[in-house]
Amino acid sequence: MTEVVPFSLVIEIGGMPVRVNTTDAAFVGILQDRYAGFIGRSNRPEIEFDIEISSSHLANPDDDVRVTQHQGRWTLQRGDFRAEWEPANRRGRIRQTANPYSIDAVFRIVHTLVLARQGGFLLHSASAIRNGKAFLFAGVSEAGKTTISRLAPPDVTLLTDEISYVRKQSDGYVAYGTPFTGELAKLGENVSAPVSVLYLLSKGPENRIEPVEPADAARSLLANLLFFAEDEELVQATFHSAFEFVSRVPVRRLTFLPDSRVWELIG
Amino acid sequence: MSSIYMARNPRVAARGLGGEMMIMSGRDSTLFTLNKTATILWQSADGETPLDEIVSRKICSEFDVDPKEALQDAESLARELASHEILQVSETPILQRHSGAEKSK
Repeated sequence: MTEVVPFSLVIEIGGMPVRVNTTDAAFVGILQDRYAGFIGRSNRPEIEFDIEISSSHLANPDDDVRVTQHQGRWTLQRGDFRAEWEPANRRGRIRQTANPYSIDAVFRIVHTLVLARQGGFLLHSASAIRNGKAFLFAGVSEAGKTTISRLAPPDVTLLTDEISYVRKQSDGYVAYGTPFTGELAKLGENVSAPVSVLYLLSKGPENRIEPVEPADAARSLLANLLFFAEDEELVQATFHSAFEFVSRVPVRRLTFLPDSRVWELIG
Repeated sequence: MSSIYMARNPRVAARGLGGEMMIMSGRDSTLFTLNKTATILWQSADGETPLDEIVSRKICSEFDVDPKEALQDAESLARELASHEILQVSETPILQRHSGAEKSK
C-alpha cells in the first residue's frame, strides 16, 4: 500500500496562521506563488484546513456565497467551492478545483468570522503606512482605492489596494497588510501599524479633507465592511464594532484629484 | 380608537449616535436610520405602554400636531417598523424576555 504524503503550507494573514494540507504538490506551488510574503512558519496554526482538490468542473464562481452556522460548524459555499470549519477544534476542509481564487474567498470569509468576534473586520479599502501610522482609504468600486494606491510616493508602504485587515487591540486598531488585491494586482506588504485615520474616498476637482459627522462615518463604514455570514449574533457584533471604531478613530472625507499631490495631505 | 403595544425586536442591533438612531437587521444585515418619530417609538417600545399613551406623552408634547392624526400616523409607522422586523406590534401587552441590543453614544 502506498502512503499518500500530504503537503502543508502555513499562510499567515493579519497575524493569524492558517495551515493548509493537500496531497496535490502542484497546488502547493500555486499557493506559494499566490501568497508570497504571507507564508508563515508557525507550528501552532489557529486553523487547519484539509484541501480536497476536485478534478471535476465545479459551478460558477460568480454564484452568491452562502455562509451558515449549525451546531458549531460553519459551512461556506459558492459555486466553485464548499468548505466546512469547526472553530472549536480549529479544523476544516475545503473542496475546490486547483485554483487560487476559491481558497482566497474561503480565507476572506474565515478571517471576517474570526475578526467579528474580536471587534475587527475586513474593509473595502486601500490602506498604507506612512511615518509609522496606517491610513485607510475606503470606498466603493471606482471611488479611487487603486488610484490612490498607485499614486503613493516611495516612502509609503502599501498594505492593500482593495481589502484592509483591521484588528482591534486594547489601545486602538491595527491595520495589517493583505494579499487581497484589486486592480493593482500587487500584494500588500506583510507588515502592520496602528490605524491613524479612516478616509472616505471620492474623486473631485481638488484635493481636500473634510470632517464627517459621526453617524455618517458609521454608516459609511458599515457600507464598506465585508461580511458574509447569515448569523444574527455576528451581524450584531459587527454592527457594534463599526460604532466602536468610529468612536476611537478619526474619520474624514478625502476628495482628490488623480495626481500625487494628494499625498501631501496624508501622514 | 384602539391602541397597540410595541416591543423591540431582540434580533436587531441598535445604536444611537449624533442624534440618529440606526438599526441593523440581524437576519439580513439591512441598515435602517430612524427619523425622530420612529426613534421615539423605538425608545418607548417596552411592550407594556400603549401607543396612545406614548403619542400623548412623547409626541404631542414635542410636536405641534393634532393628537388623533398623530396617533394614526404613529400606528402606521409602528406597523411599518414591524414589517421590517424592527418592532413587534400586538393588540395586547408583549412579554419581553430581552430587548434589542441597543447602545448609545
